[in-house]
Formats: sequence, C-alpha cells, structure tokens
Amino acid sequence: MIAELGHYALILGFCFAILLSTIPLVGAWMGDRVWMRLSRPLAGGQFILVLGSFCALSLNFLLDDFSVQYVAGNSNSLLPWYYKISAVWGGHEGSLLLWALILTGWTAAVAKFSKSLPLDMVARVLGVMGLVNIGFMLFILMTSNPFLRYLPSSPQDGADLNPLLQDFGLIVHPPMLYMGYVGFSVAFAFAVAALLGGRLDAAWARWSRPWTTVAWSFQTLGIALGSWWAYYELGWGGWWFWDPVENASLMPWLAGTALMHSLAVTEKRGVFKSWTVLLAIFTFSLSLLGTFLVRSGILTSVHAFASDPERGSFVLALLIVTIGGSLLLYALRAPVVKSHIGFSERSREIFLLLNNILLMVATLTVLGGTMFPLIAEYAGYEVSVGAPYFNLMFGFLAPVLVLIMGVGIYSHWKDTPAGTLLRKVPPLAVISLPLALVVPWLMGSFEWMVVVGMFIAVWLTVATALDVWAKSASRKGRLQGWLKTSRSYKGMVLGHLGLAVTIVGATLVSHYTVEKDVRMAPGTVAEVAGYQFKFLSVGRKQGPNYVGDKADIQILDGDGDVVTTLHPEKRRYVVSDNVMTEAGISPGLLRDLYVSLGEPVGEQAWAVRLQYKPFVRWLWLGAILMTWGGLLAVADRRYRMLRKASSEKHSVDIQAQENRSATGVTAGGAE
Amino acid sequence: MRRLILFVPLLVIMAMFFLFQQMIDHDPTEMELARKDKPVPAFALPGLRNPERFFTQEDLKGKPMLVNVWATWCPSCRVEHPYLLKLAKEKGVQLVGLNYKDDRTAALEWLDKLGDPYVFTVFDEEGRLGLDLGVYGAPETYVVDAEGIIRYRHVGVVNEKVWNEVLAPLMEDSGTRESEVKDTRVNESTGSEQGASS
Repeated sequence: MIAELGHYALILGFCFAILLSTIPLVGAWMGDRVWMRLSRPLAGGQFILVLGSFCALSLNFLLDDFSVQYVAGNSNSLLPWYYKISAVWGGHEGSLLLWALILTGWTAAVAKFSKSLPLDMVARVLGVMGLVNIGFMLFILMTSNPFLRYLPSSPQDGADLNPLLQDFGLIVHPPMLYMGYVGFSVAFAFAVAALLGGRLDAAWARWSRPWTTVAWSFQTLGIALGSWWAYYELGWGGWWFWDPVENASLMPWLAGTALMHSLAVTEKRGVFKSWTVLLAIFTFSLSLLGTFLVRSGILTSVHAFASDPERGSFVLALLIVTIGGSLLLYALRAPVVKSHIGFSERSREIFLLLNNILLMVATLTVLGGTMFPLIAEYAGYEVSVGAPYFNLMFGFLAPVLVLIMGVGIYSHWKDTPAGTLLRKVPPLAVISLPLALVVPWLMGSFEWMVVVGMFIAVWLTVATALDVWAKSASRKGRLQGWLKTSRSYKGMVLGHLGLAVTIVGATLVSHYTVEKDVRMAPGTVAEVAGYQFKFLSVGRKQGPNYVGDKADIQILDGDGDVVTTLHPEKRRYVVSDNVMTEAGISPGLLRDLYVSLGEPVGEQAWAVRLQYKPFVRWLWLGAILMTWGGLLAVADRRYRMLRKASSEKHSVDIQAQENRSATGVTAGGAE
Repeated sequence: MRRLILFVPLLVIMAMFFLFQQMIDHDPTEMELARKDKPVPAFALPGLRNPERFFTQEDLKGKPMLVNVWATWCPSCRVEHPYLLKLAKEKGVQLVGLNYKDDRTAALEWLDKLGDPYVFTVFDEEGRLGLDLGVYGAPETYVVDAEGIIRYRHVGVVNEKVWNEVLAPLMEDSGTRESEVKDTRVNESTGSEQGASS
C-alpha cells in the first residue's frame, strides 16, 4: 500500500511538473500575471509530492517490504536501520528519485527566496526547472520505477546492499554531490529564463550568483566526501583514480568554478554576458552528462554498480532535448552586440578571463580523457587513457592557474595602475621559493613536482595573506579591520586558501607515501617511516550481516610510546558473499597511519599492508575550507539586502552597487 | 556573421550526441562478432617474470583458460584481483595474465604484494596484442578454449556473479568442445601423415 501511495505521489508530482512548466511560461509570454503567480504554489506542491514519494520508498526500506523489487534488490532484513535509509539511494532507481527530490527541493527554494525578483523572471526560472524535472520524472516512471512489486509471490529476504556502500561516507556522499549537480540547474534555469525574456543584463548574473555559489559549495563537499570514502573504504588508501565517474563529477565542478568567477565579472562590469550564459548552460550540461555516463553504461568503471545500458537511450534523448534545446535558444537569442565597456590588459576582467580559459581547458582535458577512448573506438582504434595523462595535464595546468591567481588577487576592475602587479611578483617569489625547496629536504627526498606543488601553494597563500593584510588596515586595528571586510571577501580568502591546502595535501601524499606489504603473525613487528607496527592478535568477529577477521595492531612511535592500536578487518558479507577490507586508520593532521589486511597466509599469519600517508587530511581539509568560503560568500550582506529591495528599483540598485564596488576597490588599492 | 558563431556550441554538442547514439547500442561488455570464435591473434611477447622467454598464441592452447587483461594503473583490476586469486586457488581455473601498457617493475611488485593468480603473465608494454584483441580497457577477461579460440569477452570486473552466471558455463562448454576438437585434430594429423607417406 505504501509503495502504491509513493507511486501515486510520484505520478501526481509529474503532473505538477507539467503544469509548472507550461502555465507560468505561457503566462510570462502573454503577460498574464495570474498565470505567472501560479509558479510558486506549483513549485511547492511538486516538492511536497516528490518528498512524499521519497518518504514512502524510505518507509518500504525500513519496514523490509521485499515485495517491492527495488527494496529486495538493495536491502536485507539484517541491515542496520541507518543503512536501510541510505540504501534508498544505493541503487539506480532510488538515486534517481533522490535526484528528482533534490531538483524539486531547489525549485521550491528558488520559489521561496525570490521575493525581490520580477514576477516574469520567477515564472520563467521555475518553469524551466519544471521542464528539467519533467524529463527526470518521466525517466523514473517509464524506465526506472522504484515502486514495482514482485507479485504474486515475493522473496523472503532481500539481496542486501552492496557492502561497499554500507558505510557512513555513502550515507552523505551522494546527497551532497547531487545537491551540487542539481544545484547548477538553478544557474541554468536563470540563464535560459534570461534568454527567453531577452533580458540578459547584469541583474540575472546577480540573481544567479548566490545559487551557483551554494551549488558549487555542495559539489566541492560532495567530491571531497567521495574521495574520503574511497580512501578508507576501498581498502588500499587511494584517494583519486581519474575514474570516469569521478571525472563526471569533476567536470561540472571545474566549469562551475569558472562560472562563479565569470558571473562576478558579468555582475560587476556587465561584460562577458554571452560567455557567462554559455558557461551556465555548459555547467549544468556537464552535470547531466555525468548522469548519462554513469547510467548508460557506455563507460565501465569502479562505480559500475549503478549502470544499465538499456536506460542509456532515454537519458540520451533527455540530454539532446535539454542541452540541444538550450544551446539552440542560446544561438538564436544571445546578444551579439559588442559591449562598449572597456578594460585594459591589466584589469581584473582579464585575470578572470584567464581563470575561465584555464578552467575550461582543464574541463576539456578531463572531458577529452574520458571521451577519447569512446571516440577512438568509434573510429576503429582501441585505446584507454589512464592516470598518467591526467596527472601530466593537471601537473601543468594547475601551476599556471595558481600563479596567475596569486597575481590576479591584486588586480582592479577596469585597469590596474601600471607596475603594481609586477611589483608583487618578487616578494611572492622570494618567500615561496625557499619554502618550496625546504619541504622536500624536510621530507627526506627531492622531487621536482614537490617543489612545484609547494611553490604554488605557498605563492597563493602568501598572495592571499598580503592582500588580507592590506585590506584589513584600519584605525581600530587589524582584527577590527578584518572583521569589517565583507563576507564575500572573507569567502574568497577562505576558498583560495582552501585550494592551497588541498594542493599541499595532494602534492605531499602523492610523493611521500610509504607503503610496505609484510607477512605478519602475532608478535611480528614491522617498521614503516619510523613507526613500529606490532601485530598483537587476530580473532573472529560477528557483525550484524557479516562475519570477519579482526586484527589488533599496536603502533609505537620512534620513542617507543604507544600511538594507537588499530583494528583492521576482513569481512565477508553473508548474503551477497562479498569480501571487504575495512582498513584501520590512525588519522592525524600531519600523517595518517593506514593498515589493511590482505589475505591469510597461514594459521594466524596475514599479509598486511602498512602505509604512512603524510598530509593526506589536507586534501579534504582544503575542500572543507572551500565549502565554508562558498557558504560565507552567500551569507554576504548584499544578498540579504537584496531580498528586501523592491524589484522596481533594481536597475538603480545595480548602478549604485557598481559605483560602490568600483570606489571600494580603488580605496582598497590606495590603502 | 557573429550570430553564426553562436551556433558552434550547438553543433559540437550535437556531434557528440551522435557519437553517443552510436555507442549506446554497442554494449562494451559484449564482444564484437568479428573477433568471436576466431583464434587468438598471432603474437610473440616476453613474459612478465622472465623477459627472455617469449610467449606466442601456441601457449594459449591445450586447456580452456581465462586470459585476464590487467594493469597496475587500473583501479578496477585491484577490485577483481582477490577474486581471481580465489578462482585460481580454489577452483583451479587456468588464468593467464596479459599485463597491458604497464611498467614491468610496478607490475612485478603488484604480483608480489597481492599474490599471483596467473599460470604466466605476458608483458604487453605497447599494447600490441591488446590492439589486435580489441581491448577496450582494463580489466577485461577472455574465455579461450583448448584450441586457442576466443569464446567470450568480458569487460569489467570478474566477480562471483560473473563467474557463476557467465564464465563458468562457457569454460565447461570449452571443455567439452575440447574433446571433440581433439578427435578431429587426431584425424587431421593422421590424414596428413598418410598424405606424406604416400
């Protein structure tokens, strides 16, 4: 009964999506305010219905209703309750329902927080989001319905959730990532709405900016969670594999990063309008493409547990309509008049343009690396592109991007006084180079890529710090001065520092990981990177839905003090007969100690992998800083003021804002 | 004129979609018919452990076996590796490794660390045999029967399910075929001997 109610709510939600995508859009076209006003309640209703449908499916999982095919395929009565909840998005159908839930959630959020927007804009934005949702709901209802039942006879118990997914990381990783993927649909909807309405001014950029930043923050956190999950759950301590599915999440992130910066230029200076619109379409297209690549099964990867080739055609059709349609609209409606707003080659506009170009090259690099095997196969060749290609390309692109960033921080809109930028280079280089050289020396072996990585990380940190120093000058002291800077400025600082921290982590863990595989029996001691690993004992362990071996390994540091005792496990999940490695990890800011059990090699003896991973936490710490920065920027005062401001005054506001920011920047530069 | 430039993104995307459309009907987990039921292409490649010893297609005859394409740069290979060990140890499956576009030292280290399920491993540094076989990416596993004929190609990780549902039945088939084939081979050889003597 619950499943049927959920199914019914989903169908009703689909009907609401149809209404949402027709009535307000037609209303906006004909200028009928009543029809346009319907957009908000429709968006709310759509969200409540899909939420109800999602809750129904969750309830089916909690109540172990194995007559529902999807529940039987992804759950088991022995599964702990929290994994029963996360199992809702552990398979294809449920993760699409989660996707639809998040999309309708974003739509409802736009409806709620758009009081200051002109009514026709709201109607168009919500209508476009409704259109996207129609596609996804149709996809769920036609090809991937999670509410289908086994009738008349249903299985006694479920096939269990993939053990890889029975983990805290997987409870939070997909929702966060989807919040990011789907969040870019808001920027997309704003862009398409602006094209439809022919109002491609600075205002739309200003409206879509906070939404893009929030989506980007979620995406950042989602990717970091995925990397963290892979690190501890896959059991061999890798954190990024350039796997097609990872690439699928990285591409919208790179494009989204470019979009955030490009929106700033369009808002503040009213230039790059066509480019920013294209970027907004492009970013969401890459999100959809990511879904397509995962769902269609045309790419095989570690994440293959969610693929099905039969559904590929449907997603492809969806993609052609959404992306092709919006690009056609773009080609017909984007402004071609050359902008008369001038800026010099030393202006902030140029630096952000360079940022956009480099990020686009990076995106295309990943896209190319992911697609090339497909294209080559179509042409009759067989190739596979692996990590060496991506590492090489990013080892080149990232330094160029970060070096430009470091200088670009000091640039002003329109023009930067000649010589100021060049004057910044020597102090930055003088601080960065010795630090970059001393790190490989401290870590014990010299590597050129470490010098490069540390150089750019320090370069960016110092550039940001010097800028903060200059901007926080105040008669009431530095602290007061820093507190008085705007939240969006603080957000930028945190975001950039976060990138530097991630670069440090990636550089050091890639080059200085120490890895040792040893045969260990009770009493055996092995040494890795100055730590003594003592194998104490190994015993059986009975879990709720698995049996396993659990070892106790004590770790002593150089002085012979006990650091910790780790308990790596080897589990066999009974229902699905899958063997999983649960690593024992001792986390630390400067290093992780990572122990995983291999195969038993004797009565009490095991092959054990011991790893010392320096600075690995910095990877995710940086991502947390970036996320925090993004959220801080959105909490900026001007967005709160924006909500109060009435829409009629809007163009005046923007003019004033532009003047303010221009004088603010000049003042900051003068200080 | 400037308006025309705006159509470029649309055209690029449409070209990409056309490609996807072509790809989508093509299931990478199924082998192209052209290579199915054909002998393993001729090759002469060094062994991974002993570079002096060269292996050829003749070494893949005699018993039905699984030829597993792997590399140290391939994360999924690591996922399937424990199961391959299990197949070799517990089920006595003949596994031959094809180390594909890899680094010899890294590959040897991998086998030392994780265990070696393979009877022998062929070292295909430039991916030449991979190209002839039509390797889509690692990991891939081919079912080769006793006569050195490719019976099946599996793209992706081999696990319990794949083995039980797909590979094991094919291996059994190849086993039965083996006896039939042997008979014909005896006839052929006797035939040719007769021809030579007469």
